[in-house]
Amino acid sequence: MVSGAQAKRPKPESQIGECKCHGKLPDDRFNKLYDIIEEHKGTPGSLIPVLHEAQQLFGCLPEDVQQFVAKGLGVPESEVYGVATFYSLFSLKPKGRWTVNVCLGTACYVKGAADCLEALKKELGVDIGGTSEDGLFTLQGVRCVGACALAPVVVIDDTVYAKVKPEDIKGILAEYKEAHSTEAHAS
Amino acid sequence: MMADQKEKINLTIDGIQVEAYEGEMVLEAARRAGIDIPTLCYHPAIGPIGSCRVCVVEIENGKGLPASCVTPVREGMVVHTNTEVVREARRTVVELILASHPQDCLQCERNGLCELQALAMRLGIRESKFRREKEHRECDTSSVALVRDPDKCILCGRCVNMCAEVQNVAALGFAYRGTDALVTPMFERGLADSKCVSCGQCAKICPVGAIHEKEEWQKVADLISDPDLHVVVQVAPAVRAAIGEEFGIPAGTPVTGKLAAALKRLGFDAVFDTQFTADLTIMEEGTELIERLKMKGPLPLITSCSPGWIRYAETFHPEFIPNLSSCKSPQQMMGAVIKTYYADKAGIDPDKIVSVSVMPCTAKKFECARPEMNSSGQRDVDIVLTTRELARMIKQAGIRFQDLPDETFDAPLGISTGAATIFGVTGGVMEAALRTVYEIVTKKPLAKIEFSKVRGMDGIKEASIDLGDRKVRVAVAHGLSNANKLLEHIKETGEHYDFIEVMACPGGCIMGGGQPRSLDPDIAVKRAAALYAEDRGMEMRKSHENPAVARLYEEFLKKPGSDIAHRLLHTTYESVDKAAAVSRKEAM
Repeated sequence: MVSGAQAKRPKPESQIGECKCHGKLPDDRFNKLYDIIEEHKGTPGSLIPVLHEAQQLFGCLPEDVQQFVAKGLGVPESEVYGVATFYSLFSLKPKGRWTVNVCLGTACYVKGAADCLEALKKELGVDIGGTSEDGLFTLQGVRCVGACALAPVVVIDDTVYAKVKPEDIKGILAEYKEAHSTEAHAS
Repeated sequence: MMADQKEKINLTIDGIQVEAYEGEMVLEAARRAGIDIPTLCYHPAIGPIGSCRVCVVEIENGKGLPASCVTPVREGMVVHTNTEVVREARRTVVELILASHPQDCLQCERNGLCELQALAMRLGIRESKFRREKEHRECDTSSVALVRDPDKCILCGRCVNMCAEVQNVAALGFAYRGTDALVTPMFERGLADSKCVSCGQCAKICPVGAIHEKEEWQKVADLISDPDLHVVVQVAPAVRAAIGEEFGIPAGTPVTGKLAAALKRLGFDAVFDTQFTADLTIMEEGTELIERLKMKGPLPLITSCSPGWIRYAETFHPEFIPNLSSCKSPQQMMGAVIKTYYADKAGIDPDKIVSVSVMPCTAKKFECARPEMNSSGQRDVDIVLTTRELARMIKQAGIRFQDLPDETFDAPLGISTGAATIFGVTGGVMEAALRTVYEIVTKKPLAKIEFSKVRGMDGIKEASIDLGDRKVRVAVAHGLSNANKLLEHIKETGEHYDFIEVMACPGGCIMGGGQPRSLDPDIAVKRAAALYAEDRGMEMRKSHENPAVARLYEEFLKKPGSDIAHRLLHTTYESVDKAAAVSRKEAM
């Protein structure tokens, strides 16, 4: 443990001054993160829950957020970075509004998941791990989701799409795009 | 000893009855019994990690092949270390490591001295069954002291463990996982942009060529050949306690005379001893301590010879910066004296002087490049070589070090005392300072010159010394996690110390990041013994008795702490955060 970070408890304002977002990030998120850190501080093994909440707050874990967490919890930055990169749950880059998970487990694969994945790649214009240019979708491949009877399966956030065929992809994505543009018009 | 108090355990290893102690690992018990189980990630300086699986053994009625470095001994255990299954498993493990390791051994810094190479040879690996394309990563040359080549890294975790646990720096860590895993500073930055303090302990224990010092010895050899240049060398005390190991001389043998002879044969124009300025440091730092004791602050005074420690303080404990001695390290004092006093005395243009130093240390490369280290009007020390680099230079020149006669360093900057010799070991700077401060303050000769309380390998040592009118409380810490512990203790309890010695490396300079690599668990004790033996054999053992230092004051520096001494021999420090803020401002 690096005690330099432990020893001092700077106020949130002073830490915001040191962040590298150049004012692009709204300050109150760092204030919230400060409260999250204060809540977990001193509890062993609190790094993962704090990073989890930080990701919910910021959408991902950019460098300044990781540094803020490191300083706040008194954990070395290299350790924070190690944990943030170890778990696929964490993302260092911003994710799309929705995450599209294509099951690549054995059953789904046999039933043609690879073709669905290709269709998604083409439709979104990204590779696995990428986020579509409009910022709406992040494409991910996952191992068995435990719904082999429904193979091949695509999961978008919490919604499961069963027995997906490559030609269904366009229609599925269209629902989300429509919802997004309706919302945009409404606001 | 601790071991005697623990319960004894009997086990059988390869048919031999072995007596072990509770809590001991199978590997340690086997090695004591003369069975050398091969290892790769295990290193005596950091203890077991259990990541590489090279030390696997078979245990009767046990499951699978456990790693012996992390398997505690049990009563009645029957262990087999050399069965067909074990041999095959070890070979496979090493073949898998080799599959993602570049096969460029002939050009590698560790060629011939690589633990992986030695292991492949020992295990009789004659083919590589596996082939893996590993993503190429750029070599990190951002640091002035260390080079990190991620392609060569075998992910054993020694450096990560050393950096975080022993040195409390945690500049290096693991990132990603599985086949993507790598060892890296945070956010995959260069070492220069990390919290690295350049102590080089990572480089000293890396089993392969993935981390090593930035090599400059071939450049020095070329500079010596230039007839227009006057190439001067200084060599630190700890070097003489270890360089012999590179030439097959048993560890713990002082080789001072051979070292001086080798440097002369390499063609250096003058061969000086950093011990001269170690004595000078004691005069300056001793004066500083006496002043601070009189003025009542700021105390404790903390030593400043170890540049890794200085960087650590500037990075992690800037609140102690006012406590740091303003004295430069002996290396930098020597640099400043060479380009002023010596240049003038010898009638040599300082522009033509190349000032080289040989150090047990990688942080010295960082120190000599610090912008404030130019009080002679130019860079005070031009090039720093590690002990390992000097050994390479000697080998390349075809000098048979082990057969050299004993020679001496050049006067006047090669004259020194026993107090300066022990600078190379933890507690040594403290002891040297006490020998002088006691006699100056009390005006009485020391009854007992050796301060045994500040000697030895305990992480933190304390003592109390009677200076007549007052008692002085001192503490010694070596290894940065021990330094951290001591400073945190002071902050928490407000406990008072007058004088603290810190050396960044565990054991002091004798175990510095630039020293010969060793797997001997007793290496620190052996090297320390070499320096203490040398000190005992010296006629002059107190810095204030050094006649050459006295003459330097008489002819040039006037008196300790004088204006000119301050200009040349003292320095300032800066919090790393603040330094970063300044450089940001400049960039804008």
